[in-house]
Amino acid sequence: MAHRPAARLTINGQSQDFQGDPRRTLLDFLRLDLGLTGTKKGCDHGQCGACTVIVNGRRINSCLSLAAMHDGDEITTIEGLGTPEALSTLQKAFVAHDGFQCGYCTPGQICSAAAMIDEIRAGWPSAVGDDPTEMPTTVTDDEIRERMSGNLCRCGAYDNIVSAIREAMAAEEEVAQ
Amino acid sequence: MSDTYDTPDTRDMLDRTRQGVIGQPLDRPEGPLKVAGQATYAAEYARENCAEGVLVGATISTGRVTAIHKDEVLAMPGVLGVYAAPQMLRRPAQGTAGEAPLQDPSRVDYPLQPVALVVAETFEQATAAAKALRIDYDDASDKARFLPTQETAEAAKEPVTAGDLEAALRDAAHVIDANFTTPGHASAAMEPHAAVAEWDGDDLTLWGSLQMIAFNVAELADSLGIDPKHVRILSPYVGGGFGSKLGISHEAVAASLAARELGRPVRVVMSRQLVFQSIMRRSETVQRIRLGAGADGRLTAFGHEALVSNLPEESFSEPVTQASEFLYAGDNRLLGVRKSDITRLTAGSVRAPGEAVGMQALEVAMDELAIATNLDPVELRKRNLPETVPGQGTPYSSRRLVEALDAGAAAFGWDQRSPTPCARREGEWWIGMGMSSAARVNILAKAEARVTLTAQGHVVVETDHTDIGTGSYAIFGQIAAEMLGQPIDRTTVKLGDSLLPAGSGSGGSWGASSTGSAVFYACEAIRATLAQALGCSADQLILKDGQAWAEGVDARPVTDLLTEDLTRTGKIEPGELMEKVNQSTYGAFFCEVAVNAFTGETRLRRMTGAFGFGRVLNAKTARSQCIGGMVWGIGSALTEELSFDARDGHLVNHDLAEYHVPVHADIPPMEVILLEERDADASPLQSKGVGELGICGAAGAIANAIYNACGVRLRDFPMTPDKLLADLPDPFAPAA
Repeated sequence: MAHRPAARLTINGQSQDFQGDPRRTLLDFLRLDLGLTGTKKGCDHGQCGACTVIVNGRRINSCLSLAAMHDGDEITTIEGLGTPEALSTLQKAFVAHDGFQCGYCTPGQICSAAAMIDEIRAGWPSAVGDDPTEMPTTVTDDEIRERMSGNLCRCGAYDNIVSAIREAMAAEEEVAQ
Repeated sequence: MSDTYDTPDTRDMLDRTRQGVIGQPLDRPEGPLKVAGQATYAAEYARENCAEGVLVGATISTGRVTAIHKDEVLAMPGVLGVYAAPQMLRRPAQGTAGEAPLQDPSRVDYPLQPVALVVAETFEQATAAAKALRIDYDDASDKARFLPTQETAEAAKEPVTAGDLEAALRDAAHVIDANFTTPGHASAAMEPHAAVAEWDGDDLTLWGSLQMIAFNVAELADSLGIDPKHVRILSPYVGGGFGSKLGISHEAVAASLAARELGRPVRVVMSRQLVFQSIMRRSETVQRIRLGAGADGRLTAFGHEALVSNLPEESFSEPVTQASEFLYAGDNRLLGVRKSDITRLTAGSVRAPGEAVGMQALEVAMDELAIATNLDPVELRKRNLPETVPGQGTPYSSRRLVEALDAGAAAFGWDQRSPTPCARREGEWWIGMGMSSAARVNILAKAEARVTLTAQGHVVVETDHTDIGTGSYAIFGQIAAEMLGQPIDRTTVKLGDSLLPAGSGSGGSWGASSTGSAVFYACEAIRATLAQALGCSADQLILKDGQAWAEGVDARPVTDLLTEDLTRTGKIEPGELMEKVNQSTYGAFFCEVAVNAFTGETRLRRMTGAFGFGRVLNAKTARSQCIGGMVWGIGSALTEELSFDARDGHLVNHDLAEYHVPVHADIPPMEVILLEERDADASPLQSKGVGELGICGAAGAIANAIYNACGVRLRDFPMTPDKLLADLPDPFAPAA
C-alpha cells in the first residue's frame, strides 16, 4: 500500500483534509480537488507567479509546494479575498484601473499585491532604495514594481496594476486613519 | 443585400446616437469575475470522471517513430491509455486555416514535437508515465538543416518593385544601407494551451483556449474526420492568445481522440515547456534596409529585404515588409521577403506578424537617415509621407501620423532632447531620448452577430467571438447599448460558444471592428423595426435610456413598442474598400532610456505613445491594448529572444525563466494619447484595429534612444548589455 500522507489545511477559513498522492502540489490540490480554480497554473515551475496564494500571511508560488507539506497552515486564495458581489478594495481597484486584460495572471497579481502591502507595512526592505537593510520612508512606484516582479503579465498591464495597487493602498490607509 | 463593405459609411451613426456610452472608458463587465478568480478558463471545467492526459515530445529532430513501448507504462498505476493515432497533430494549425493542419505524429518534423499522449486517472500518474514512456525512432536528424540561409531561401511572394532602386541609390545625396537581425519570439500567453473533451454519442464538446471558434470547429472536425455539426467548442475566457491560439493545436485533437476511446472526459493541459517547443514561434529575421534621400531628406529610394524561416510545407512567412509598402515615400523601391525551410518548431503569427519586427528595423534606419541629413527625426518622417501608396497610387483612408508625431512629441517633451549622443549623464547612467513611427495594416474580416432586444428592454449580444483580453465583452455591449439606447447595465454579451453566430475571431487586430460591425448591423435592423412601430423613419428614431422618440413624435418606453423579444442578425464581409483604399493605423513612440556607462544595461525611464486607429470604442480597453503593445516592444528591444541549438534545432530557452518577457520592474510609467479619428473606409463603426499597433516600431524608438544616450548604434535585437559593452564610451570621460 502506497504511503498516503495526510494534512489538515485551513483554506479561506474552512478546514480541508488532504490525503492522497504525495506528489500533488498545493496548486493542483486547490484546482483539481477543491475546485478553487481562481489560482492559476501558468508554468508549474515557479516562474510566473500566476499560482500565488497566501500561506500564514506570506505569499508563495503554490506550484512549488506540495499539499502534504501544509498540515496546520492557513491558506488564503483569491476566492478568500472577495467575491464578484463583494470585491476587496484591491480587487475593485484592479477593475477600475483595468489592471488586467486576459485575466489569467490576475488572481496571482492580486494575492501577491495583498501580501506585499502587508510586507511593506511590516517594514520589510527591498533592493530598491538607498539602504537595502531599511524599508524606505516613502513607497515609490519603483518599490512596488520591484516587489511585484515575480508576477508576470504577458498582456502588459503593468502600468495599470501599479496604479491599482497605489489606489488600494491609499484607500486602505484612509480607512485606517 | 450584399454583406460586403464596399461603400464608406459616412453617416456618423455613433456620433448621432444619444446614449453616450460608445468610446467611454467603461470597466470591463467581466472584470469582477476575473479579479475574483471566477472567470472559468479551458482547463477549469469540472467534468465528472475526467481523466488526465500528458503529451510526450520527440527526442529526435526529424525522422520516424518506429515503436512506442506502451505496455511498460500501461502497467503503471492509474494509466488508462497511450495514444499515437494518425489523426493526432504534427503541427498546430495556422490562423484562419479552417482545415486540419499536418497530422500523423509518427513522422517527426521538429525537436520535441508531440508524438504520443498518455492518459491516466490523475495528473501525477500521467506525468510519471509520460516521463517513463520509451519510444524508438528512425533518426533522420543528420539530414536536417537547422539554420536559415540566403542560399536555401525562396521568395515568399512576388517582391514589390518600382522604378530603379540601384540607380536611385547611386544618385542619392544620402544613403543608409544597413543590416538588422531580430530573433524568434514566443507568444507566451499566460494560460498554457488546454482542452477538456467530452463525447455524448457522436457529439463532441471541447472546452478550449482558442481565438477563432468557427475556424477551430472546422479544424477540429476535419482532424477527427467528423462533420463539424458534431463539434461544439466553448472558449468564453482565454488567458491570452497573441496568435498562439488562432488555430487548434495538439492538445485539442489528442484529448478528443482519447475521450472517445475511453468513453469518459479527458483533459490535456500542455506544460509551459511544451507550449514553447511545439506551438508557434515568430521567425527570426535578417533584414537589409537601403534608404536613399536627397539633401532635403526626401526619400527617393526605399529597399527592405528580409530572410525568414519556417518548416517545409508551411506557407506562412513573417510578412516583414508589410508596413514598408505604404508608410514612407521613395519612388524607387524593392521590398521582398524570402523564406528558408529549416527544422525548428512551426513559425506562425505572433502578435503583429510583420510589423512587430519590420517596423523596429525600419525606424532605426530612419533615425540613421535623420542623423545623416541633419534633420530632427520627427521632421524627417513628416517629410516622407506620400500622397498615395508609392508604386501603387492607392489613396489612404484616415492617416493621423502627423498628429500622432506632434501630439506625442509635445506630451513627451521632445524639444528637451539633445541631438548629440552622450550629452546627458546622471551618475553612472547615460540618458537619451528616441522616437519612432508606428504603423500597422488594418483588416476587416467576415463576421456575424445576433442581437436581441427583449420585451423587457434588455439587450443581449451573442456571437462565438472571443475575448482574449482585448475587451470584446465591453466593446460589443457598448455598441449595442449605444445603438439601442439602453443603459450599459441592461446589456449582456455572450461569447465564445460555437453554437452562436460566427464572429470574425480574435486575430490580426480585426475583432472589435469586424464583429462589432456585425453587432452594429444587427442593431440597425432592430432600430428599423422600432422606428416602424413608433411611426417614424429609422433616420429620425432617437433612442436613449429605454425611451424612443422622434421629431414630432412623443417619447414612449421602448418596451411599449415590443410585443415580444426582437432578434436580428447582422453580417459583414470585407469588400472593395479593402482593395481600393489603403487602410492602416498609425502612431508615434517617444521614450527616455538610461544606459549604464559601465555595464551596458538599459533601463526604460518613461514612454509615450500617440495613436490614431479610427473611432475609439472604449478608451480604457484601447489604452490597455496600447500599453500592452508597448510592453511587447520593450521586450523585443531588450530581453526577448528564442535561442535554438544550431546542432539539432531544439529550443534551448523553453520556459519563462529563460525566455525573458518584461516584468514589473522593466516597465516605466506609460503615457498613451488616443487621437480622435473616424475612418469610414475601414468599417461602419469608423473604427480600425488597435490590438497590435502598440508594438509596431516601439523597439526602434528604444534603439534610437540608446544611440542618443551613449552613441552606440545597435542593429541586432534584443539589445542586451553584452552587445553594448564593447562600444560604450569611456565611462570616466565627461559628458559631451
